[in-house]
Amino acid sequence: MKPDRPLHPATRADAANAPALELAGVHKRFGRTEIIRGIDLAIAAGERHAIIGPNGAGKSTLFNLISGRFGVSAGRILLSGQDITNRKPYQINRLGLARSFQITNIFHRLTVFENLRCAALWSLGHRYAFWKNLNKLKDAEDRAEDLLRRVGLKRRRDTVGGLLTYAEQRALEIGITIAGGASVILLDEPTAGMSRAESRHAVELIREVTQGRTLVMVEHDMSVVFGLADLISVVVYGQVIATGTPTEIRANAAVKEAYLGQHVEAA
Amino acid sequence: MELRELHFRPLNFGRWLIWGSTALLFALLPVAFEKGFALTLMSQMGVMIIFALSYNMLLGQNGMLSFGHAVYSGLGAFFAIHAMNWIASGKLAWPISLLPVIGGLAGAFFGVIFGYLTTRRAGTPFAMITLGIGEMMYAASLMFPGFFGGEGGITGNRTAGPPLFGIPSLTFGPQMQVYLLIAVWCFACMVAMFALTQTPLGRIANAVRDNPERAEFIGYNTQRVRWLMLILSSFFAGIAGALTAINFEIVGSEFFHAARSGGVLLAAFMGGIGFFFGPIIGAVVFTFFAVALSEFTKAWQFYLGAFFVLLVMFAPGGLSSLLLMNLRVMKFRRFARLRDPYVGVLLTAMVLALGTILLIELTYHVTLDTGLGPVTRLFGIPMDTSTPGPWVLATFVLVSGAVSFDYYRRRFGERWSEIQIEIEDWIRDNPT
Amino acid sequence: MFEATLSQALYGVSYGLLLFMLAAGLTLIFSMMGVLNFAHASFYMLGAYFAYQLSVWLGYWAALIVAPALLFVIGVLVERFGLRRVHKWGHVPELLFTFGLSYIIVELVQVIWGRAAVPYRVPEELDGPVAWLQRFGVTFPEYRMFMMVVAVGMLAAIWLVLTRTRTGLVIQAALTHPDQVEALGHNVPRVFMLVFGGGSALAGLAGVIGGNAFVTEPAMAGTVGAIVFVVIVVGGMGSLAGAFIAALLIGLLENFGKASDYTGLKLLGSLGLHVTPDAALYPVLKLTMAQVAPVLPYLLLVVILIVRPKGLLGTRED
Repeated sequence: MKPDRPLHPATRADAANAPALELAGVHKRFGRTEIIRGIDLAIAAGERHAIIGPNGAGKSTLFNLISGRFGVSAGRILLSGQDITNRKPYQINRLGLARSFQITNIFHRLTVFENLRCAALWSLGHRYAFWKNLNKLKDAEDRAEDLLRRVGLKRRRDTVGGLLTYAEQRALEIGITIAGGASVILLDEPTAGMSRAESRHAVELIREVTQGRTLVMVEHDMSVVFGLADLISVVVYGQVIATGTPTEIRANAAVKEAYLGQHVEAA
Repeated sequence: MELRELHFRPLNFGRWLIWGSTALLFALLPVAFEKGFALTLMSQMGVMIIFALSYNMLLGQNGMLSFGHAVYSGLGAFFAIHAMNWIASGKLAWPISLLPVIGGLAGAFFGVIFGYLTTRRAGTPFAMITLGIGEMMYAASLMFPGFFGGEGGITGNRTAGPPLFGIPSLTFGPQMQVYLLIAVWCFACMVAMFALTQTPLGRIANAVRDNPERAEFIGYNTQRVRWLMLILSSFFAGIAGALTAINFEIVGSEFFHAARSGGVLLAAFMGGIGFFFGPIIGAVVFTFFAVALSEFTKAWQFYLGAFFVLLVMFAPGGLSSLLLMNLRVMKFRRFARLRDPYVGVLLTAMVLALGTILLIELTYHVTLDTGLGPVTRLFGIPMDTSTPGPWVLATFVLVSGAVSFDYYRRRFGERWSEIQIEIEDWIRDNPT
Repeated sequence: MFEATLSQALYGVSYGLLLFMLAAGLTLIFSMMGVLNFAHASFYMLGAYFAYQLSVWLGYWAALIVAPALLFVIGVLVERFGLRRVHKWGHVPELLFTFGLSYIIVELVQVIWGRAAVPYRVPEELDGPVAWLQRFGVTFPEYRMFMMVVAVGMLAAIWLVLTRTRTGLVIQAALTHPDQVEALGHNVPRVFMLVFGGGSALAGLAGVIGGNAFVTEPAMAGTVGAIVFVVIVVGGMGSLAGAFIAALLIGLLENFGKASDYTGLKLLGSLGLHVTPDAALYPVLKLTMAQVAPVLPYLLLVVILIVRPKGLLGTRED
C-alpha cells in the first residue's frame, strides 16, 4: 500500500496543501545498527494517523526523530512544508509540533495546575519574562483551567504531579502535550498500562482534544487504533510495510503475517 | 476522636511568619544586642542571607549545583572596593549606600560571560566546570596584583564620600550604621528574589529543574533558562560581595577561594533548598558556626562538616524541612504525642554531642595546641590531656550518649511513623 | 636542548599518569554509580598521609601495599554505611555527602598530623637520576620513573580485570545497566561496594606514589581534586580514553608551562610588535608562562567548553 499523497518538497504555491507532517527517506543508525531503514510518510492536516507494529520495530525511535530528540542519519522531516530535520526539540515545538511520552514525563514537583500553566507559557508569548507576576497572567491561568477541565483533573488541581495515580499522570501527560496549542500532536502509547475502562476514557479524551488537529499516534491496543485512526501505517524492522484505512490494514496479508496474526478481531 | 482542621497551609503560615518577623527582627535586633560582637555577627548574617538566597536561585529553584558561586560575589566585592576608592579620591560621585548596585552589576556582567560557558553543560559536568572556573579565578587573582591586590588585597574606606542624605553623622563609620545598611539591602533582596520565584522565568526554571528534557519539549531552550537564572543569581551575589567589601573595607583573593563557594553551598543546603526561606535559616546557622563558634573552638570546621553530613544523611531537606514537618504534625494536632519522645531524643542527643565535643576538643588540643601545655579548659573546667582522666570521661559520656540516643531515636521513629500513618489515613478519608 | 625538552616531557607524562590514575578511579565510580565522588581527592590525600606514617613505622615498601589496602577498606565502609543510605535521596545528596566527607577528612588529617606539610620522602633506593637516561644527557629522577611504572602497571591490571575476568564483566555490565545485572542474580550492591573500594584504593595508591614526589599537606586534596575534575570534563564524561588524553595533555601543559619564562611580550616581540608598559594589556602580556601555569588547565577547560562542550571523546550527555 502506498501513501496516497505524492511526496514533494513544498513550494510557496502549494504550502497550504503541504502535508502536516512528512518524512522523506529517513534513516537512523545507532552505531552499526540501523533502526530506521528508509521511511517515507506523508500525513495530511487534520488526519488521525496511527503507527503500529511489533516491539523493536522503531516506532518510538521514529517519534524521537520527528520531535528532535535524536538526529537523523539520513533523510528529511518536514512540518507543514518546513524542514525540521535535526532541529532542537524546543525549535520544533515552537513551530507547532508537540509530543507525549511513553514513560510519563511530567514535572513531578509542580502541581497539576503549574504543569499545565508552564506548558502553555511559551505559546502565549511570555517566554523568559522575569518581570511579570505569573499569578496575574490571566491568559495563562485561563488556558490552564481550561485544560484542567478537559483532561478531567480539576479536582486534582493543586496536587503535586508526582503524587498522581498512573492514569491521572497519563491524562496530565496529554494535557501538557496539547497545552501549547500545537497543530501536530504526537502521542506515544497514550493508553499504555491502562485498564479497559481507563483506555476507553482516554480515547474519548484524545478524540476531543485533537479535534481539528493532526494526530500521530503509536499504539499497541488495537481497539484504540481502530477506534480512533483515519489511516494506519504499519512499521516492521524500521520500514513502513503498509499504509491504509483500518479496513484495508485488517485485510492486508503482509500485515497479518508480520504483526496482527490470523485471528485479529474487529474491536 | 475527632479531628478539627485548622485553616491554614503551613507553607503560607511559615512565609508570613518569616516576612513579618524578619523585618521586625532586623529593626529590633540591634536594640536588644548593642554589643559590638553581636552587631558584627548580625551584619555578616545579613550578607550571608543574600548570598545564600542567590545561590538557591541556582540550586533549589533551577537544579544547578555550583561549586564556584564565590566568583560572582568576589568580583562584585572587588568592583565595589575599587569604586569605594574612586569615591574617596573624587573620581566617582556615587553614594556608598548604593555601592551594592555596582557590585550587583559587576556580578551580573560576569554572570553573562562565565554563565554562558558554564551553562553549556548541566548536572554534574556543570558542577565540575564551576569548580574549575572558581579555581581559575582564584589563581588568576594572584596573577594580577594591580586589580586584585596580590597577597594584601585591596583596602578601602567606607566613610569616604558624602554622608547619607547629607546628614553628617551618617558616614557608615559605626558598625550600627553598616548593619542597618545591610539590613535594608537584605530585606530588599529577599523581596526581589522571592518575587522572581513568582514569574514565568522562575516557574520555568522549576520545570527545568524537575524535567529538563520535557521543558525542551514545551518550547523552552533549557540552556537559555539556566543562563538567565545564573545572570540574575550572580547579580544578587555581587550585591552580597559589595556589602562584604563595605563591612570589612578589605577585599582579597581569598574571596574567590573554594572555601567561600563551599560555604554558601553548606549554608543553603543546611537551611533547606526546597523552600524559599530555607537558605535564610541556613545562612544564620552557618554564620553562627563560622563567626561565633570559631571564637570558642578550633574545631568549628569539623563540627560544621559533621553537622552538614548528618543533615545530608538524615534530613536532606534541611532544617526548614524539619521545621515544616513538625508544623504539619501540629496542624493535625498530634504534636502532643511527640513531646515525650522529643525530650528523650534531644536530651540523649545532647549527651552524645557533649561526649563527641569533649573527645574532639581534647584531641585538637593535643595536636594543635601543644605549645600551650597539656591542660585545657572545657566549659570552664580545666582538663589535663596528659592524664587518662578526661579521656575516660569523654569516652564514657560519648558511649552512654550513643547507646541511649539510639534507644530513644528508635522509639521516636516509631511514634513518628505512627503519627504519619494516622495523618495519611485521615487525609485519605477526608479528601477536600 | 632536546634533552631538556625530553626531560620536561617525561616530568609531564609522569604527572599526567598520576592524574589519570585519579581520573580513572573517579570515572569508574561515576559511570557505575552515577555519583561524583568529591572525596576522591581526599582519599588521595589519605593515601599519602598513611604512606608517610607507615613508612615511618614499617618502611616505604610496606606502605606501598598497606596504604591502598587501608583505603580500600575505608572506601567499602563509606559506601556501605554512608553512600548507600543517601542513595535513595538522589544524586545531588550523594554528591553533597561526599563533599561533606571530604571536608571532614581534611579536618581530621589536620588534627592528627597538624597543619604543616609532613616530611614524606622518596625512599633512598629510588632517590637519584635514572642512570641510562643520564648517559643520554637526560636528567630524570628514578622515583618519577617508578611512578610511571606503577601507574601503567596498575592501569594495565585494571584493564585486565575488567575485560578478562568474570567479575570484570559483571562490572562492565553494571556500568550501564545495573538493574538488569541485578535481575540476572548478581549482587549489584556488593559490586558497587567493591568498585567504590577499588576506586578509593586506586586513589590511595596514587597518594602513596605521588605524596612524596610532590608535597604532602592538608591542601593537596583541593588542588589536585580540581584538576582531576578538569581532566574528566575535558576528556569527556565517562570516557577513560578521553581522560587519558586529557590527563597527559594537562600534565605536559603544566610542566612545560612551569619551566618556561616565555611571555606574551616576547611572542609579540618576535612578530615585530613592541608593547609599552602603559598599554592596557601590559599586565597580562608581561606574565611569564611559569606564572600562568597554574591557570593553564582551567584555560584549557574554557577552550574545550567553547569549542567542544562534550569533551574530547565525550559520548554521554552525563
